[in-house]
Amino acid sequence: MLSSQIKSNEIVFGSCNKDLLEEIIFYGMGLGADFVEIFIENTDNSSVLAEEDFITSVSPSFGKGAGIRIFKDKKDGFVSTNDLTKHGLMRSVSQAVEMLDITDNKKREVFNGLDKFRDYSLSKKKWINEVPSIHEISEKLLLSTKSLKKNNKIITRKGSYSRNLQEVIIASSDGTYASDIRLHQTVGLNVIASDAQYRSSGSRRFGSSGMPKEFRIWDHEQAANDVFESSMNMLYADYVDAGQMPVVLANKFGGVIFHEACGHLLETTQIERGTTPFENKLNEKIAHKSVTAIDEGISEGSFGSLSVDDEGMEPEKSVLIKDGILKKFISDRAGELRTGHKRTGSGRRQNYSFAAASRMRNTYIAQGEHSKEDLINSISDGLYCKSMGGGSVGATGQFNFAVEEGYLIKNGKLTSPVKGATLIGEAKEVMPKISMCGNDLELAPGFCGSISGSVNVTVGQPHIKVDSITVGGR
Amino acid sequence: MNSREITTQISKAADFLNLKKWDYGASFSNDYSVQVDKGDAKQLKASQKQILTLRVWNESNLVGITTTSDISESGIKKALNQANIASDFGNKNERTEFSPLAKDDIEVKDAKKRNPVGIKKLLTLLREAEVKLLKSHESIKSVPYNGLSESFYERVYANSDGAFRSYTKSQAALYLYARAEEKNKKPRSSGSVKLGYGVEDIDIESCIKDACNKTISHLNYSSIKTDKYLICFSPESFLTIINAFSSMFNARSILDGVSLSNKNSIGEKLSTVALNIYDDGLHEKNISSSPFDGEGTPTKRLCLINKGRIENFIHSESTARIFKTIPTGHAGLGSKVSVSPDWIVVEKSEENSNLKTSLDHSTYEGEFVYIEELNAIHAGVRASQGSFSLPFDGWHYKNGKKISIESATVAGDIKYLLKNIVNIESSQEVTTSGISPHIWVDELSITGDA
Repeated sequence: MLSSQIKSNEIVFGSCNKDLLEEIIFYGMGLGADFVEIFIENTDNSSVLAEEDFITSVSPSFGKGAGIRIFKDKKDGFVSTNDLTKHGLMRSVSQAVEMLDITDNKKREVFNGLDKFRDYSLSKKKWINEVPSIHEISEKLLLSTKSLKKNNKIITRKGSYSRNLQEVIIASSDGTYASDIRLHQTVGLNVIASDAQYRSSGSRRFGSSGMPKEFRIWDHEQAANDVFESSMNMLYADYVDAGQMPVVLANKFGGVIFHEACGHLLETTQIERGTTPFENKLNEKIAHKSVTAIDEGISEGSFGSLSVDDEGMEPEKSVLIKDGILKKFISDRAGELRTGHKRTGSGRRQNYSFAAASRMRNTYIAQGEHSKEDLINSISDGLYCKSMGGGSVGATGQFNFAVEEGYLIKNGKLTSPVKGATLIGEAKEVMPKISMCGNDLELAPGFCGSISGSVNVTVGQPHIKVDSITVGGR
Repeated sequence: MNSREITTQISKAADFLNLKKWDYGASFSNDYSVQVDKGDAKQLKASQKQILTLRVWNESNLVGITTTSDISESGIKKALNQANIASDFGNKNERTEFSPLAKDDIEVKDAKKRNPVGIKKLLTLLREAEVKLLKSHESIKSVPYNGLSESFYERVYANSDGAFRSYTKSQAALYLYARAEEKNKKPRSSGSVKLGYGVEDIDIESCIKDACNKTISHLNYSSIKTDKYLICFSPESFLTIINAFSSMFNARSILDGVSLSNKNSIGEKLSTVALNIYDDGLHEKNISSSPFDGEGTPTKRLCLINKGRIENFIHSESTARIFKTIPTGHAGLGSKVSVSPDWIVVEKSEENSNLKTSLDHSTYEGEFVYIEELNAIHAGVRASQGSFSLPFDGWHYKNGKKISIESATVAGDIKYLLKNIVNIESSQEVTTSGISPHIWVDELSITGDA
């Protein structure tokens, strides 16, 4: 249960902490801060690992902490601590103020006390009792790994589950006072197949937010079939020949490329650093007219959805690109302060030890009108990327993504599987080359690591065609 | 509570719960860091962190674990309770015990612990460094990624059998990542990282110089034709690839079926006989050295490859027991204990007569590709299959000229790479992840312009 021992002068989850929080904020403002923000969390997590036909690890964890951020002009000082007593929190405020070297406290911003408490956690307190027990999880994971054992070429089978329950309290000197409970569950399946000198692997991840019973209805058989087939298809695949070619990227996790290669460049943290080529391109064409891209935090159950962001703002649906025209950036409090782009409810952080930053939530390319077959039929010699692995984007925007499961396209038809392919390019060069979007938008959960740690996100897209991209191979 | 008090507290609470056998690892840290943006402070950060990982053994000798940041009396009791519950699901097929070496003497070196210089000093130093880097070349327009930090931490391991170890350390880090722009050219970025026991140990001037030189050297760039090339790996890039495929030496990975090696691979020829690789966590140049691992086993130097053949695997207590050997000081602490290398040292063996010593990165006049830094390791390495396809920063040397490569990947197979090493230069260089000389490999695929 998310509860704490009740003590005076200490933050207590599930209780009214208004007086204490106001006292701390008043204290920071009195020291000359322009803005004071307090983020407090209490976590209750667990993870389970099944390997072959055994549970090999059960790892619960819990903790609590606070992150305190002070703004003065456009700079900020951030202090994190595990000490949730009044003394500990005030000491953190003092430390942040001292770091910022605030000496001119004549110009005072006004703090009028906290607004009416917005409690987003009310209907969520029962979640902890509704999530599956370790017994249930173990049984289902073992069924999953058993389902992966379909022939003797499968040499490694793994199923993993993790559950993160995070209770947060957010209060700041603009009156923000909110509380929420977030629940994320994810399950992953992995196999390695081997036959003589041939090896392949397959993996899939599934996840949800705010749906405590979701794991119980997860179709482990279908998931296992999908992972098994992927590993078998790739077991004897040849290495792809490197070259410049048209590609079709599958829906769901294919959206990771847009997320990494373009989405990050639309976060205001990139504008602050001067590392996005799109900084001065608002209302200009940056993509093919067939591309509309969205970032939102409101799709029910999606891995990147949230009731309130880590700065106390309700998430909005942001149309980033409309018919190829750049319409909006993803912004947080610091981003608004430093770049002028309005906040979008995208201030996010891994936990209390990170300051919030502008981060994506559920980010996807909107669907178009074509079928998957239309896209493949339009290519005489290219690559179909059915499943993407991870990737990265360099400081100047060049990206690189591994293709986990790929097939050659010859004369409009899928032919032989190929391995070792990577997609290489730059967002501003590739975006105008997305010439066709399918009518089969689907989303996939993932974790995104960046300036404020690892956060849950959704990537997504329909099948899309890129007219030309560099494919790395052998 | 200090670490002795925590041990006493755990012992008392364990007695109350009738838990006879337990161990724990804990860390306590204070970190300070600054970032700047064109002379202004951007974000100043301080954190106080504590983390406790607690394991208990139940009556069936099965292990349960819990991790918490709540190191209060009630937090410790809760952690013990949760670990006890988790022990019902302990792995019956692979038992975990205390390390038999958890009470052995550890090699205590001069801790070289420094005192904090404070946020203001960090900010002043970083501002000065940024200004100098911006002034070092007209094409350097910004230093978008930068930071100076100092950390002070204590690590503890103790168990119910009376083992107790702790050490305290300090560490500082400076990174400067510059961005250079010239008209009608793509922006180019590169940088440098320096570590020290404290801020006063960091060679700031050298970091500025390295960041400038690296960034500017990439301004004059060109694409490279997709083909197979003779490759020279910088010490840093070779260590990156060895670390990425360290599952070859990892007993845990072998047992899990995700390694290219198997139980019988000791003695297997993996590379040219001219190659030796060690793991040496206590090396004097390893700023992050730790005298013991997560299970309390003392850290030690271990030969992984001797004259091209696998000499040893790295172990935890449980993998060592299965392999009928002793733990090597590479374990984490968990219900399933992870194993990982500390600090890789690559060197030329005595049997090096087959090497092409004319291949020297500073004098060789033939065509080759110099790989300065490999990127996107998490995405481009398939350790269980042995393959890699990685973007890199580097240069194409041809006809006596050196030109930065615009954008390219290097792809291949780790076993092929190790067997096709054609030279190991004599001079080793210290990096943030180990020590290595420049390594030359014949015929690896580079994808650039088709």
